[in-house]
Amino acid sequence: MKKNTYIKSYCTIQNNEIILNGESIFKSKSDLFSDFSKKAYQNFEINYSKFFKMDNLSKLALLSSELLLKNEINSDSEAKIALVFANKSSSLDTDVKYQNSISDKENYFPSPAVFVYTLPNICIGEISIKHQLKSENSFFIFEDFDSEFMTNYANNLLSSKKADKVLCGWVEYYNEVYKAFLYLVANEGKIDHNKHTLELLNKN
Amino acid sequence: MIKEVFITETNCITPLGFDVATNIQNIVSYRSGIELHLNSSLMEKPFYASIINDDQLNEAFAKVSSSENFTRLEKMMILALQPIVQKSKFDFDTKTGFLLSTTKGNITDLKNPSDNNINNVYLHQIAKNIADFFGFKTTPIVISNACVSGILAVSVAKKLIQSEMFDNIFIVAGDEVSKFVLSGFNSFQAMSDLPCKPYSINRAGVSLGEATAAVLVSSDKQNAKIKIIGESAINDANHISGPSRTGEGLFRSIENALAEAKINPNQIDYISSHGTATPFNDEMEAIAFNRLGLEKVPVNSLKGFYGHTLGTSGLLETVIGIQSVLESRIFTSLGFDEMGVSQPINIIEKNENRNINYFLKTASGFGGCNTAVLFQKIN
Repeated sequence: MKKNTYIKSYCTIQNNEIILNGESIFKSKSDLFSDFSKKAYQNFEINYSKFFKMDNLSKLALLSSELLLKNEINSDSEAKIALVFANKSSSLDTDVKYQNSISDKENYFPSPAVFVYTLPNICIGEISIKHQLKSENSFFIFEDFDSEFMTNYANNLLSSKKADKVLCGWVEYYNEVYKAFLYLVANEGKIDHNKHTLELLNKN
Repeated sequence: MIKEVFITETNCITPLGFDVATNIQNIVSYRSGIELHLNSSLMEKPFYASIINDDQLNEAFAKVSSSENFTRLEKMMILALQPIVQKSKFDFDTKTGFLLSTTKGNITDLKNPSDNNINNVYLHQIAKNIADFFGFKTTPIVISNACVSGILAVSVAKKLIQSEMFDNIFIVAGDEVSKFVLSGFNSFQAMSDLPCKPYSINRAGVSLGEATAAVLVSSDKQNAKIKIIGESAINDANHISGPSRTGEGLFRSIENALAEAKINPNQIDYISSHGTATPFNDEMEAIAFNRLGLEKVPVNSLKGFYGHTLGTSGLLETVIGIQSVLESRIFTSLGFDEMGVSQPINIIEKNENRNINYFLKTASGFGGCNTAVLFQKIN
């Protein structure tokens, strides 16, 4: 028989607002994501000096994961928290930025600091470094959030004991349009982890 | 009872041939796909890379389809999958999955971003174009996880079959040599001025390459070429553009794969490693292999034959590794001369016959990612 799994906590970031477990916890009137993300970073006193060097996708992923992970990490023991993320635009926002730096012969200035962010899984690397998670990780691309796939994948990581918890979700950023919907799946909790709950939480 | 998972079909499209047998013939004759290219649309100065000939590609594709709607990379992907799809005898229903592995997909189309072209750059779109060609009915799953993508796809397929989401999964992996990627690796000063030399004291960075590879992963043992017995993909949590000095993520990935497979390190008969020929990667792998007591196991990097084919490499090298198991012979690690890593490892220096029961495939990449998958011979 398959063991039940649960959603321990969840977080949505969109339209300059952060909603944690259904409650709005931060809002700003910023016009640009760079300004909003900076204010949120300061508000939650996140300590990761590289934050301001990261691309917007990584900033979005790091902010949302911070709120779900900060109470899960204990410096005495290693957390086996897997990271399974997906989005639609991959790293397209940074891809366009990098492409602009190589398109024009007269204005050719490819930068390794930009190029490295032309991979969507870099944001997983940033979160792993920030929280010292030496854990299972993978990045997927779908046109829309695929709740069935995500449920199956997270449950397999838990049932095979490759992870004790799985931080899952959607981190999409392209051209100032963004949404993060992250949730922490565990073997215990109050909200059932299944396709329908995820669709409901993702819509709200 | 956890389901058993097998690879039942393989194929690849590379500069060394458009099927597995031709690729093996060329590897056996120590022939590399890496050549000097002069193509200013890709790079201002001459560069070494392993690139598929356009005329040969178009000629082969014309035998499969008369459509002109596909990009160069999509043609390469369709050609890799086509014979496998043709041979398969089951219906493409809700239990048939489709996985696509790529790092940059149709990134070349970003050059002239008209509306239509930018649509093609979306990775779910390239997957849809391929899925529609073959008539797959389920939502395509795209893996884009830097240089481990190709082998990670095998690990993902195993998980999805064991979680009973699918019975059969077609995987295709592909990436192209592009101005985008060449300029990026060049900006990192990670490109070799000569064909790459994995693990050599004379190594000076990567040679890039392009290829596609395809496999069918199945819960059905009939026609099985190999069994997937363990897998893990652990992050270094150390640096986004360089590997951990201690090889921690790779070490743990292999350790977890061994635990799942319930075998010991000394049972592994052959390792197909990542071996990009950058100073840090090769050194890190040597350290990780030593920490696991794998220093005596014959190991090769196939980058000397194909260059670094990014999101394809893990799957392409698995396809060739499976052939090593089936034909009981291991192939030279082309480009190697004098040992250039600080820890001893057993680099394969000439093709030789060897019975292989357990085969380990590893990869590592940007973002601190690592993947290890263990395979067992079908007896």
